[in-house]
Amino acid sequence: MSSFAPSALAGYLIVSGLLLTIGLVGFLVRRNLIVMFLCTELMFQGAAIAFVAVGRYLFDYSGQVMVIFILTVAAAEAALALALVVLLHRQKETLDADAYVELQE
Amino acid sequence: MNELISIIPTLAGTPSVPVAEVLHATNLSWAGFIVWMPLISLVLCGLCAAFKVKTKAPAIITVICLGTSFLLTLMLWNGYTQPETIHLFDWLQIHWDGGSFVANFALYIDSLTLLWMLFVTGLGTLIAVYASEYMEHDVGKGYTRFFAGVSVFLFAMTCLVMGDNLLMLYLGWEGVGFASYWLIGYFYQKPAAVAAAKKAFIVNRIGDVGLALAIYLIWSTFGTVQYDGITTALEAHNYDGSFGGWTVHAIPYLLMLAAFGKSAQLPLYVWLPDAMEGPTPVSALIHAATMVTAGIYLIIRTYPLFMLDEYALPTVAWVGGLTAFFAATIGMAQYDIKRIMAYSTVSQLGYMFLGLGVITSYGAAYHVFTHAFFKAVLFLTCGAIMHGFAGQLDLRRLSGLRKMKGWKIVSYTMLIGCLCLAGFPLTSGYFSKDAILAEAFVTQGPGFAFLGWLAIFTAGLTAYYTFRVWFRVCAGPVHYEAGDELHGDDPASFRPHAPRFAINFVLVVIALGALIAALPYFMPNETEHIHGGWIAEMIHDSPAKAGVPGAVVEEHGTVDHDLGHGNILGMDPHKAMYYISGIVGFIGIGIALFFHLFCRSAADKLRGKLLASRATRWLPTAMENKWYVDEIYIATIRSPLWILGKIFALLDKYLIDGALVNGIAALPRATARWFSPLHNGAVQSYAISMVGGAVLIALLMLFMPEIVEFIQSISAQSANAEHVVATVGGGQ
Repeated sequence: MSSFAPSALAGYLIVSGLLLTIGLVGFLVRRNLIVMFLCTELMFQGAAIAFVAVGRYLFDYSGQVMVIFILTVAAAEAALALALVVLLHRQKETLDADAYVELQE
Repeated sequence: MNELISIIPTLAGTPSVPVAEVLHATNLSWAGFIVWMPLISLVLCGLCAAFKVKTKAPAIITVICLGTSFLLTLMLWNGYTQPETIHLFDWLQIHWDGGSFVANFALYIDSLTLLWMLFVTGLGTLIAVYASEYMEHDVGKGYTRFFAGVSVFLFAMTCLVMGDNLLMLYLGWEGVGFASYWLIGYFYQKPAAVAAAKKAFIVNRIGDVGLALAIYLIWSTFGTVQYDGITTALEAHNYDGSFGGWTVHAIPYLLMLAAFGKSAQLPLYVWLPDAMEGPTPVSALIHAATMVTAGIYLIIRTYPLFMLDEYALPTVAWVGGLTAFFAATIGMAQYDIKRIMAYSTVSQLGYMFLGLGVITSYGAAYHVFTHAFFKAVLFLTCGAIMHGFAGQLDLRRLSGLRKMKGWKIVSYTMLIGCLCLAGFPLTSGYFSKDAILAEAFVTQGPGFAFLGWLAIFTAGLTAYYTFRVWFRVCAGPVHYEAGDELHGDDPASFRPHAPRFAINFVLVVIALGALIAALPYFMPNETEHIHGGWIAEMIHDSPAKAGVPGAVVEEHGTVDHDLGHGNILGMDPHKAMYYISGIVGFIGIGIALFFHLFCRSAADKLRGKLLASRATRWLPTAMENKWYVDEIYIATIRSPLWILGKIFALLDKYLIDGALVNGIAALPRATARWFSPLHNGAVQSYAISMVGGAVLIALLMLFMPEIVEFIQSISAQSANAEHVVATVGGGQ
């Protein structure tokens, strides 16, 4: 197992940052619940890449352990979220987030 | 009897203590039923109300219960030998290190108690009989409520009179005040009756504050509220008032305040005339014969305490004398006969206080006793007239009753009452009033002779206004107009309905009682030295024996009594007063005879003349308007209090409720108005704020070293500046 240079780390982190930003912007600008959900998954993956990259750079396996956790949580969450989306769609025949504003009450 | 008891121990050869124990062992607990009977009556009346009884049952129950009370009182009086305490049950018993507060529900039976109880229960029974007919238009409606009120009153009054401590007296004192409120406001749909009830209650509260404070001071000074204990404490200090400091001097004035409130004396009399809004039997029983004499009872009961302050009794005398005169002048100019009787009650109560003040508790008690009868009869005849003439009480609209069929008993019993009230020679009122008038000249005191002359003049006024009523209403040509309680009948075809058996029977009995009330004056005395008949005998056993003529009293050093024997126009007052007051009474009656029977137009002419002249106009105007006392009270006491109340109401509304309560409640709402847009349900806006927060935290962490450095530089600068200022200041 060998380390890599800081310049290589920067590349990974840039990809990670890009993924996070794309996910964030997508989450903010789109109204479709499924797309918003996919965007959160993107942000997760961005964070996961950063963990793996920094873990590798520092010779520390905690980063990879963390990623395993993230993937597990994301999988569980995906199941739950998609189920909710199906239920919401049965209620209103739409997946527009603005249609569910009254959930604030 | 007293001699007999004192002989027994010498015969038996034993000390007197065991005899006293034997006497105390005699079981008198049945006397408790004097108190319990009215309470039983109240409970039964309550049951009648619960089962909606539509008959006269409440009246029958009340009469039987009160009659039993009266009979028990008679039995107790018959077997009376010496003062005794009858313990009913433990009430308040609080003990602690070095002190205690004991007030048992116990009866103190001495002759003073018995004197009061005899006329309270006796008249109570008779007036309940009278009311059974008088109130019959309310059978099934307020009938039960009325008799329940009478029962409450009698229960409270027996507690007041028979209690062996001041706390029980206080219980009764408040109880009679409550019963008075209950019964004045009996016609609760009439605004005037409700206002009068409130007025009576509130004015009485002012006096009751005095009583409560007095009881507290008595307890803190003497360590007890039981009459026995107070007497023992006074004897231990040899009736020298110097031991208690200021409290000893404050107590009589506080008690006085209480007595003046309950007995309608000068500053606090205003409730009594208004109390006439209640049904007439109530006026007769509570507001003439019994409750209003509670003030006199209180002072007689605590007489030794009044002896401790030099000016206490003279104050009582002055207030009483001035009230007697003042109320008489108002009574002269009223047209409502029941109201005239009310003012005459205030005036006669004034006489009683004058009597107490000039140290003739005997005269005061005697006047209470005779007044109870003749004033009851006067009120009850007024009630009969009101009942028969549909509420008519105006003496200008009634005339010649004695010539009408069925009204003879009313007219002549009223005449008896009037004669007694006017102090006509040889009637009961004549003897009892003379006892007070004469003593005003016998006792040495500040201005007592002036008060005596004022009271004699007032006696003339009394004779005048009393017979003004009788000559107008009962004598002269027959004429009547119906009052305003016609219940839908046509005024033109109105026929008065004469009283029937119950009213007539009670009128005759009480009128005979008023006549017989003169006899106690002639009864021989059993005790040596004293004179004054049966009443003197009854008072001689009480704490107020200093006020009994001829009594041997060692206990008071402040007031000289019966020493100078006084004089009036160079004669012995006790003898001269028979002639003087008789003559004054005749003059009063004569003036009334001229103005109100022979030449009725002359009275109107005189009034017109007085009103026409600018110099004298104030006199009839002021007298007819009751000297504007109610208006003065409204201007000086009620309005300021009302304004103060309004100010507090506004403060309450806008400061407490508005600023504090609602203001604090509005604070979260206002904050919420600021923040509630954040909680709009749009997922993206939540995400934005989350991202914003995350970015902010990230920036803070990035630039943390710079921020710390910046803050350190600022604090260092200010510390430097201070240091510079300090060195510059130190350098100079």
